[in-house]
Amino acid sequence: MTQPVSPPRDSTAKVPEAPPPAWRGLLARADVRTLSLLGVLAALIVVGGITKPDEFLDTRNLQLVLTQASVVGVVTVGMTFVIVSGGIDLSVGAIVALASVWATTVATQEYGFAGILFTAIIVGVGCGLVNGVLIAYGAMVPFIATLAMLASARGLALQITDGKTQIVTVPSVLDLGERDAYVLGIPPLVLVFAVVTIIGWLVLNRTTFGRRTVAVGGNPEAARLAGIDVRRQRLYLYLLSGLCCGIAAFLLIVLSGSGQNTNGNLYELDAIAAAIIGGTLLTGGRGTITGSVLGVLIFFTITNIFALNNLQSDVQQIAKGAIIVAAVLVQRRTASTT
Amino acid sequence: MAPEQPLLSMSGITKSFPGVRALDGVDLDVQAGEVHCLLGQNGAGKSTLIKVLAGAHQPDTGRLRWRGEDVTLRSPIAAMRLGIATIYQELDLVEHLSVAENVHLGHEPTTAGFVVRGKAAKESTAALLGRLGHPEVDPARLVGELSAAQQQIVSMARALSHDVRLIVMDEPSAALDPDEVDNLFRIVGDLTAAGVAVVYISHRLEEIRRIGDRVTVLKDGRAVANGLPAKTTPTREVVALMTGRNVEYVFPDRPVSPPPGDPVLEVRGLTRQGEFEPLDLDVRPGEIVGLAGLVGSGRSEILETVYGARKPTSGQVLVEGRALKPGSVRAAVRAGLGLAPEERKAQALLMLESVTRNVSVSSMSRFSRGGWIDRGAELGAARAATRELSLRPDNPSVPVRTLSGGNQQKAVLARWLLRGCKVLLLDEPTRGVDVGARAELYAVIRRLADEGLAVLLVSSEVPEVLGLADRVLVLREGRVVHTAPARELDEHRVLDLVMEGSPAS
Repeated sequence: MTQPVSPPRDSTAKVPEAPPPAWRGLLARADVRTLSLLGVLAALIVVGGITKPDEFLDTRNLQLVLTQASVVGVVTVGMTFVIVSGGIDLSVGAIVALASVWATTVATQEYGFAGILFTAIIVGVGCGLVNGVLIAYGAMVPFIATLAMLASARGLALQITDGKTQIVTVPSVLDLGERDAYVLGIPPLVLVFAVVTIIGWLVLNRTTFGRRTVAVGGNPEAARLAGIDVRRQRLYLYLLSGLCCGIAAFLLIVLSGSGQNTNGNLYELDAIAAAIIGGTLLTGGRGTITGSVLGVLIFFTITNIFALNNLQSDVQQIAKGAIIVAAVLVQRRTASTT
Repeated sequence: MAPEQPLLSMSGITKSFPGVRALDGVDLDVQAGEVHCLLGQNGAGKSTLIKVLAGAHQPDTGRLRWRGEDVTLRSPIAAMRLGIATIYQELDLVEHLSVAENVHLGHEPTTAGFVVRGKAAKESTAALLGRLGHPEVDPARLVGELSAAQQQIVSMARALSHDVRLIVMDEPSAALDPDEVDNLFRIVGDLTAAGVAVVYISHRLEEIRRIGDRVTVLKDGRAVANGLPAKTTPTREVVALMTGRNVEYVFPDRPVSPPPGDPVLEVRGLTRQGEFEPLDLDVRPGEIVGLAGLVGSGRSEILETVYGARKPTSGQVLVEGRALKPGSVRAAVRAGLGLAPEERKAQALLMLESVTRNVSVSSMSRFSRGGWIDRGAELGAARAATRELSLRPDNPSVPVRTLSGGNQQKAVLARWLLRGCKVLLLDEPTRGVDVGARAELYAVIRRLADEGLAVLLVSSEVPEVLGLADRVLVLREGRVVHTAPARELDEHRVLDLVMEGSPAS
């Protein structure tokens, strides 16, 4: 029997080839795409600063942008994993709605802060579990399975609320949503978004889970023949997306002080669009958390600038569409030249 | 037009793909009303030649004359307009459309240019199917519901729905049972009687004897014989033409005596209905066992079933005496099997990723703790494994897609080397690998065996199996027809076996 190859012993005699430090890795990977996204964001900030210098650059306003971006941002991190694996999750908005209303029923609120948080996450993960089982073991196409979840979760959310807004009465939850609430000097929602982003980046880039995700998305047949349990990986990915939806639902409860069945409307489109703008291949196998998060920030900065300049949401929507097209065209050009 | 002027005359056709010269100055003359057979081993250039003829490939150089006039076939439509139709081995039908819709795809009978006259299409389709001896096929049925043989008839009806003067058939009998083959030959007879020329590709010499008029033999991208009489040329001569080789591959020495020890891989009665019959084989550590056979002989299916990628109908695979869970790749990998599949890019490689990640993908648990990858250890191990195989360039951080075919194959081998596998299953290990790089790959495979790996090798290139393996199993249509030490076989005999089913005179 041949033994597994170990790194050669004499490699310690030579200079062991340590991976470059993380910051250099970040810099090296700050490729054209990431730089161009940063450039777009910087340009938007300049535009905002010029058109509404006092209002846009106000710390309060910037905090508001980040806080609003946090909810969709957390959903986008989960969505990025799913898309990198070659899947899609259309049900994220509906799961956020269902989790937010389930976590704000009178019965749940009796258990206070922990009850709301726990319920939001369990409902999110539970929906993800259903998605994942249908897709991974029921061999359903992700588009269809999550479309079905979208419809049912919204329906269930409506049934729970009967269309009424459920006001949160738990003070500790409401406190987190106050304008001047800070944790470690950061608005709590933004802190959660940052933590989810960092964990997402680490998981995608530094763990076996991330590697398997990329492998399953890049070439499922090769992944299977390499000995990866493709189905289990798919299940985990939809669980992860559901978890992110649960966290986002909690953030939304904090932000709005309520739970509504109309919550999370069209989050799926925002999250998919942000991931695509960030350079995630819709066919799977390639994508970055950094790009997706920048995509989210670009979206919300535009929304804010437009709102400050009294442009209506119809104009915002048109601009978003144009940005998606432009981003994909630019990426195709950079992809073909490299 | 002089009567003996050929219908089609190709001369000096060359066609290169990156790294391969697929056609190297091929001539081919086809007369109206004849069955002209194309023979050659896999990779001889038959497929490329018929794609040139079908307008699917543009030749680099060479001349194509159709009824005495120079023509250029810029697209499949241009070929169709001249009256050249091609029936490919992989049927190109749309499963979700009806028979009639498939037959008329692209030239539907219409009213006012766009309203499809469905009834007319069905009627003409029914007429065509009747002419082809299959009136029972309903033109309104979906093609996906038909049997393979019926689909082939539909494909043929499509070819005949054009005003066709030359039909190319690429191994049309491969998917047919004997009755259907008889019907096929009757159709071919009708066509040629009507003056249509048929270019017929088959591996089966007996078919060529039955219906062929002339034979052109291709080898390594050249026509080594043009227009031999199909009925009277001795088998021995045809086989010699197919195998006489310009490039002599250098094979590593094999050990004098078979390696001692118990078999590490045992296959017992392994069967997959419709693909291969019960198979028994043993592979010992240090031994290379080869499976020789043509396309459709069940070679790849056997390998993938051993690996658990296909579920067997019955039978067992044992590694070191322990039975594997059938149909589970993960069980096979855990037990120490590794597969280098036939379609490297589609089945083995993560083309967007680096060599390191391609090599480490099956051994990630070795560089990780709690799911956290130690990238230094990963890189070091990948480097060690790729160096051991002399993979070029000596930098595992480069994207795997930038590597040559031979080095991509080495990356796949390095994956299993790193995993520490005991049995290596190699499916067409030198497909897409430059001639020059093959010898090196052969040496690598032999060295891995010498170091104690058991190797099960599948190849459609007979010299490769004979040169590399210690023991050879010859397959024909899913059945082992002969087993012998490689040194007791030669290429002619193996080709006789795979083509005729029994040793020829």
